[in-house]
Amino acid sequence: MTVAAPTIGQLASQPRLRFWLQIAFWAGIAAILLALTGVQFGAAATISILAITITKATPLTLGALAGISCERSGVVNIGIEGMMLTAAFTGFMTGVYSHNLAIALVAAIASGGLMALLHAVLSITFRVDQIISGTVVNILAVGLTGYLNRQLFTTGAPAGQSVLPPIPFGPLSQIPWIGPIVFQQKPIALTAIVLVFVVHFALFRTRWGLRTRAVGEHPLAADTLGVNVNALRYFNVVLGGALAGLGGAYFTLESVPHFEALMTNGRGFIALAAMIFGKWTPFGAWGAALLFGVAEAIPTAMQLQGINVPFQIVGLLPYVLTIVVVAGAVGRAVPPAADGQPYVRA
Amino acid sequence: MRTLYTLAVPLLAVVTALALGAVVILATGGNVLLAYQGLWEGSLGRPQSISETLVWVTPYIFGGLAVALAFKAGLFNIGVEGQIAVGSLASVYVGYAVTGVPFPLHLILAVVAGTLAGAIWGGIPGFLKARTGAHEVIVTIMLNYVAIQMTSFLVSGPMKDPNPLIANAQTPKILQSARLPPLLPDPAYRVHWGFVIAILVAVGIWWLLQNSTLGFEVRTVGANPQAARYAGIAVGRTMVMAMALSGALAGLGASLEVVGLNFYHTAGFSVGYGFDSIAVALLGRGDPFGVIPSALLFGALRAGASRMQFLSQIPIDIINIIQALVLIFVAAPALIRWIYRVRVPREAASVTGEVQLTTGWGKAET
Repeated sequence: MTVAAPTIGQLASQPRLRFWLQIAFWAGIAAILLALTGVQFGAAATISILAITITKATPLTLGALAGISCERSGVVNIGIEGMMLTAAFTGFMTGVYSHNLAIALVAAIASGGLMALLHAVLSITFRVDQIISGTVVNILAVGLTGYLNRQLFTTGAPAGQSVLPPIPFGPLSQIPWIGPIVFQQKPIALTAIVLVFVVHFALFRTRWGLRTRAVGEHPLAADTLGVNVNALRYFNVVLGGALAGLGGAYFTLESVPHFEALMTNGRGFIALAAMIFGKWTPFGAWGAALLFGVAEAIPTAMQLQGINVPFQIVGLLPYVLTIVVVAGAVGRAVPPAADGQPYVRA
Repeated sequence: MRTLYTLAVPLLAVVTALALGAVVILATGGNVLLAYQGLWEGSLGRPQSISETLVWVTPYIFGGLAVALAFKAGLFNIGVEGQIAVGSLASVYVGYAVTGVPFPLHLILAVVAGTLAGAIWGGIPGFLKARTGAHEVIVTIMLNYVAIQMTSFLVSGPMKDPNPLIANAQTPKILQSARLPPLLPDPAYRVHWGFVIAILVAVGIWWLLQNSTLGFEVRTVGANPQAARYAGIAVGRTMVMAMALSGALAGLGASLEVVGLNFYHTAGFSVGYGFDSIAVALLGRGDPFGVIPSALLFGALRAGASRMQFLSQIPIDIINIIQALVLIFVAAPALIRWIYRVRVPREAASVTGEVQLTTGWGKAET
């Protein structure tokens, strides 16, 4: 017996396929742009753009994973920016005092988790509006990091700080294209990529993931089946904070060896846009983060190529792109059903 | 009695936040007494300080009103920062580039330009929210970055003061015909007409919300968009109006700052107003008349901060910490209840009244 092949229209009407078609569409656009730069400036430029893209996407990917962890369990988190900023500063400060990047990394992750705990206490236990609670985290982070930075490092940041070195991959890093793009990246950038796979597996293949999704979609049903809704939300929010903390560590422990006031510069919010654009899935969010990464990489690469464009103008690209993406995608993106709603046991 | 309870939470929140701020200062080796003495001297302790406090209060009233108005419609305008930047820039441009217009007219033109620019910058997220469901929180934050970078580009390039003696990235000063006359004869007292106008505008916004059709629609949409739609209110249009009006308030505040105080614009001139305005609106419980005392408090903190830093070397950033702490206690009155064993009635518990801001990431309204 024969089955008529489905038309593209029929295929596109299936939500899952439409999602992948969309991804393919954006990937196609990215590929065309990269091919064009390759033709225009040579393969080295394309390789450099791709490598910078992955680097720049790191905090966005981690921030988006943090958002997924929170929002899949029903807690909106606009405090990711503040968690990242706190972690960036804590990582830097701990590095200065301990002279040990591993300890600094742990401290950064922990501080992100701690700020997330504040968000959890306010929004889950005290049922403060989640947007307000997240804003409190952001303002507190600006205040704490600014205050401590000036109070502790009044004479300017101590010199001689170092950043995490690239992981030595030996011959792998010499493979054409893949080597410089992937295997010369630094540890947090690579961890972020690994974490995309880990979170995807955990979310869709483990008991924790099933419970998280249940709590985010229908907390009452999950509760009836014996899941402790608020305990799980606490766990997921703090876990998200730790992920955001790793994203914050990127700024001061991997990117540059110093801290500047407000240095996260909106990356936490762009990460949220990536999460939404990626429809609350790890791979979707990663794809979106890479798209934003390209938007940041192109100006950087242009400067490296000596093309003179006012940096304030090309620097607008990620922000404008975020607006376009959020306006274009959100109407069709479906958040977890209980996203943003506090759970009160009847 | 109920009013007393309603006031108890903000007051105790402020006291607790100042106390915790003192703990932070102590923990980092600062002198608390000297710090708070400086805070007092710089904010209310001297006549000139009071004038400086009112200079800070003026944009805070406008920013607080902007956030509060959006709250009433169930929208969170985090974009006051950007709306101030574009408003200020537009008003400066009209102030120096338009020539040959006599005094009151030129002044009015400059203020109108700034207000309109703010309205457009606020209206864009409102429009996108209504049309596509794009969450205003993300769009306003992104527009802040766009506005700030654009401003920094313009004041260091196309709009830079051509005077070779001025090295700073700043615009030329606006013409005399676009400036507000001074409020007080002594130039040491910088408080300007903007403060008086701010109070009047607060009354106007209160009236608008309570007595006008638009105000009713805004409140209904904020309280329950579904019900508003069934009642025949154009929800999307109301959202755009509320956001545009909110941006207009921020832009008006910025313009008055230009024509009454600064007379020029420089990059980074408004940094910090955005978050502060949110704090002002929340502490003022999203109410136009609540915004005024709340703006007074934050204005006093800001004005006192420089004197504090001068006397005790405590970084100004401590004010942000105190601000966040105030917000925590105002937003979670249960904490205040728990610390002070006071009873706070349920209806006083929500900072934004009947409006819930977190509604997921939304869908289109039209």
